[in-house]
Amino acid sequence: MAFKKLINSKFILSFFAAFMLLGTNLLMAQTAATAAGTGDEAPQVDWTGVAYYVLIFFLICLGVAVIGKILKIYDLSLKIQGKKGLKWNNVMGTICLVFLIAGLYGAYWSFTVQGSMTLPEAASIHGVKVDEMFTVTTVLTMFVFFVTQILLFTFLFKYRHSDKRRAHFLPHDNTIEKVWTIVPAVVLTILVVFGFFTWQSIMDTHQVKGDINIDITGHQFAWELRYPGKDGKLGPKSFKLVTGSNKLGVDFKKKSSFDDLSADTMYLPVNKPVRLNIEAQDVIHSVYMPHFRVQLNAVPGLPTVFRFTPTITTAKMRTDLNDPTFEYLVYCNKICGGGHYNMQKIVRVVSEAEYQTWLSHQKPYLSDALKKELHFADAESPKTVSQNRLALNN
Amino acid sequence: MSTLAVHDHGVAHHDEHGHEHHKETFVSKYIFSMDHKMIAKQFLITGITMAVIAMILSILFRIQLAYPDKTFPLLTTLLGHFAPNGRISTEFYLSLVTIHGTIMVFFVLTAGLSGTFANLLIPLQVGARDMASPFMNMLSYWFFFLASVVMLSSFFVQKGPASGGWTIYPPLSALPKAMPGSGEGMTLWLISMVLFVASSLMGGINYVSTILNMRTKGMDLWKMPLTIWALFLTAILGILAFPVLVAGVVLLIFDRSFGTSFYLSDIVLNGVAQPYEGGSPILFQHLFWFLGHPEVYIVIMPAMGISSEVMSVNSRKPIFGYHAMVYSLIGITVLSFIVWGHHMFVTGMNPFLGGVFMITTLIIAVPSAVKTFNWLATLWRGNIRFTPAMLFAIGMVSFFISGGLTGIFLGNAALDINLHDTYFVVAHFHLVMGSAAIFGMLAGVYHWFPKMFCKMMDEKLGYLHFWLTFIGAYLVFFPMHFMGLDGVPRRYYAFTEFASMQKWLTINTFITWAAIMAALAQVAFLYNFITSIFAGKKATQNPWESNTLEWTTPVEHIHGNWPGEIPTVYRWPYDYSKPGAEEDFIPQTVPYSQTMSSNLPHDFEDNPAGLEALTKYNSTLKAEEKVK
Repeated sequence: MAFKKLINSKFILSFFAAFMLLGTNLLMAQTAATAAGTGDEAPQVDWTGVAYYVLIFFLICLGVAVIGKILKIYDLSLKIQGKKGLKWNNVMGTICLVFLIAGLYGAYWSFTVQGSMTLPEAASIHGVKVDEMFTVTTVLTMFVFFVTQILLFTFLFKYRHSDKRRAHFLPHDNTIEKVWTIVPAVVLTILVVFGFFTWQSIMDTHQVKGDINIDITGHQFAWELRYPGKDGKLGPKSFKLVTGSNKLGVDFKKKSSFDDLSADTMYLPVNKPVRLNIEAQDVIHSVYMPHFRVQLNAVPGLPTVFRFTPTITTAKMRTDLNDPTFEYLVYCNKICGGGHYNMQKIVRVVSEAEYQTWLSHQKPYLSDALKKELHFADAESPKTVSQNRLALNN
Repeated sequence: MSTLAVHDHGVAHHDEHGHEHHKETFVSKYIFSMDHKMIAKQFLITGITMAVIAMILSILFRIQLAYPDKTFPLLTTLLGHFAPNGRISTEFYLSLVTIHGTIMVFFVLTAGLSGTFANLLIPLQVGARDMASPFMNMLSYWFFFLASVVMLSSFFVQKGPASGGWTIYPPLSALPKAMPGSGEGMTLWLISMVLFVASSLMGGINYVSTILNMRTKGMDLWKMPLTIWALFLTAILGILAFPVLVAGVVLLIFDRSFGTSFYLSDIVLNGVAQPYEGGSPILFQHLFWFLGHPEVYIVIMPAMGISSEVMSVNSRKPIFGYHAMVYSLIGITVLSFIVWGHHMFVTGMNPFLGGVFMITTLIIAVPSAVKTFNWLATLWRGNIRFTPAMLFAIGMVSFFISGGLTGIFLGNAALDINLHDTYFVVAHFHLVMGSAAIFGMLAGVYHWFPKMFCKMMDEKLGYLHFWLTFIGAYLVFFPMHFMGLDGVPRRYYAFTEFASMQKWLTINTFITWAAIMAALAQVAFLYNFITSIFAGKKATQNPWESNTLEWTTPVEHIHGNWPGEIPTVYRWPYDYSKPGAEEDFIPQTVPYSQTMSSNLPHDFEDNPAGLEALTKYNSTLKAEEKVK
């Protein structure tokens, strides 16, 4: 009997397992060491460290087992004394209450500390509307969140099991059922109506005179930018025309293509509407500019447009946030491959004057290499010939 | 009449089997079993195994997120060229998130949850000897098993498993050159998914036909427990939605292997224009989400059904608003087919369509709200017994509230512009699917373990498991909302490249350690689960004092479930703590004639004869009192 007890004892078993594990780990460490010694400079596994963590876990398990046993013995001793034993329903009910209080504090802490780490105010006209919707939705949902969670856990504590009591038989109540169907329905209708009209106004991307069209094209793993020249029009593109020097496949049979500019950084003049012409070349990407509350997928074969008006310059944002290195960014926000996590482009919002000087310094998309490739005459011969060629194309 | 005929057949079948019992071999009993109880256990154990694997995958990528600059030589030892120099490679990181998501959504929360509890509970709770087609039921499991094996085998191909995210949007998934995981790994993913859908359809058709045709005498639809209602509607959703995924997947296979252009157009890869023209990547997204959105309700509805049942039993109180609960389930079922576009607000889909989908999406919040309030009302003035199953059901409600409310943000197209594909989404669906649905499943496991294995699980370990997991899940997912509100995108290998994201690195480390704690807490469950199967306390016939039919079967499993005739059902399953009754529960098999003291006029709404008997009984009672 004693021997059987010994085998059944969890202590002995756990210690045995722990020692076995330590043993195998030591063994494996030796083989790993020899392998590392003979082979190349493969990173060496720190087996003692691994064993350390495994041992800690086993010690925790052991601790849990010990506490479990103590509780069991305590429970038994209570029963031997003729008492009822541990009242687990009371214990759990109390833990529910403790969880509620700790959870409420945790939620409060999270809202204040982590909530203050979220995005600064929207830097675009429509973004302000989005943020207003967000605030309204947050207030409504958080009210429901706190009320329902508090009710849930206080009910658990208050109505924990007692032998003296019976539950209140209440199979249904149609009045209250109607109330809590209609009230959420009304609240949601309000949200839907506001949301619908906000969404429609944001997504109205019709070209208005004076809009700046910018072409942004995603590929693995970078964004390409193209600005229109003096004519304000972007030349058409076709994926079939893509070559090494014509990365976007701009069609130079059209006049509007010739004055297009390529850029490395996205400069935007403040308070002027911008139309982003978004497309992708290989897989789906997503143009995501969280500070402007702008996001739209870049889909190969499906050009999309997002129209917005930036309202805060980079310089003002830097002073507002007290961060001299702050930059607006474009991220990629649709899984696109191994480099997805680092596909960014800097966006600078500047005054109109700064924008114009910047624009005048940008290189034309039609680079010398591209001219050569397209056999444009002006790459090798006088300008007049090139103009003739232009005329021909028209 | 037809129902009766089926039953007679069942009885005959059972008797016939009684003589054959000694012929049952190990293979026919444990492997190619056609007994629904055994198939349920097979689904459960496979589901748990897959869940553990997917959980380990999540810990691997959480380690990468917490320590993007550290090297762990152990990872190289374990993963080989997927983690060169002690760090998980960018591509393998994406494989990990992809396979974690796929396994959790499909293999654990669809097959593991519906497969287990539909198989176990449908025949037992509606009073049938087995499923309508036991053979198809067996095939369903084995297709699922095959799908699991194929899915896991993709870890053993040179370029690694599929890595385009669990939504496998083309062109990324369609172009093998776009990333390593889009090669053989993706092919295996697609094969596995076709097998999985076949399994799911065979199961679903079986569930629906069993519920509609094989209910015992007296078990009309309005006397079915909410678990059965939930599983019934889930099966219907699966039957209608899953074939669309197959259509999408087959077209993708054509694009990948036979040069078609269903989803591909205007593609330039590595500077070379590809010959694809005229397709649309958005088409795949429509096909995928036409399944994908009902799928999330396929995941959550069984959990809702299980929680309703468990909460009613353990509050010793009828579920509040049984009819409202059923109608809200039906509402969710119908609406879930017209909300898929809310996954596509910013994909370039026509913005007007986005507006329409936003309206339907926010409507679906109404039945969900009704369900939540009904659960709260069920607890109100109950007599709550904290079994582990009850705790998990409560956890499910808490997570469903938290995760459901953030859905109101994401369902709003205007707000989705900035929240789409950020950690806010990750937090939302992990609370509502990852946590709520898993908790529903665990509630079911703890509650019906005695029915499955004839043994009891250890309650104290269950408590430990619950609290560690519950707190762990909140610690993991609550801070993620704020990361999303700061515009941190999901599926990012490291936050090191963006200055604005570096402030979240410490929180990432915190989340990872919370996740590790929650993962280690599952050891308590696995230990409890495995040791209880072999050495648990023997279960009694009705350990939870529950009303439903499954607890009228003998503790030891027999083929055909009930010895002799199948019991007749007389009442709904939620007569708990009825005033005037002797016990605080009245099983469904007890006729009203035996419980005169507790009958209510309401019980006889469609039974004038019964009502008359009740008035007579009450008047005699009154007369007797007067005499006294």
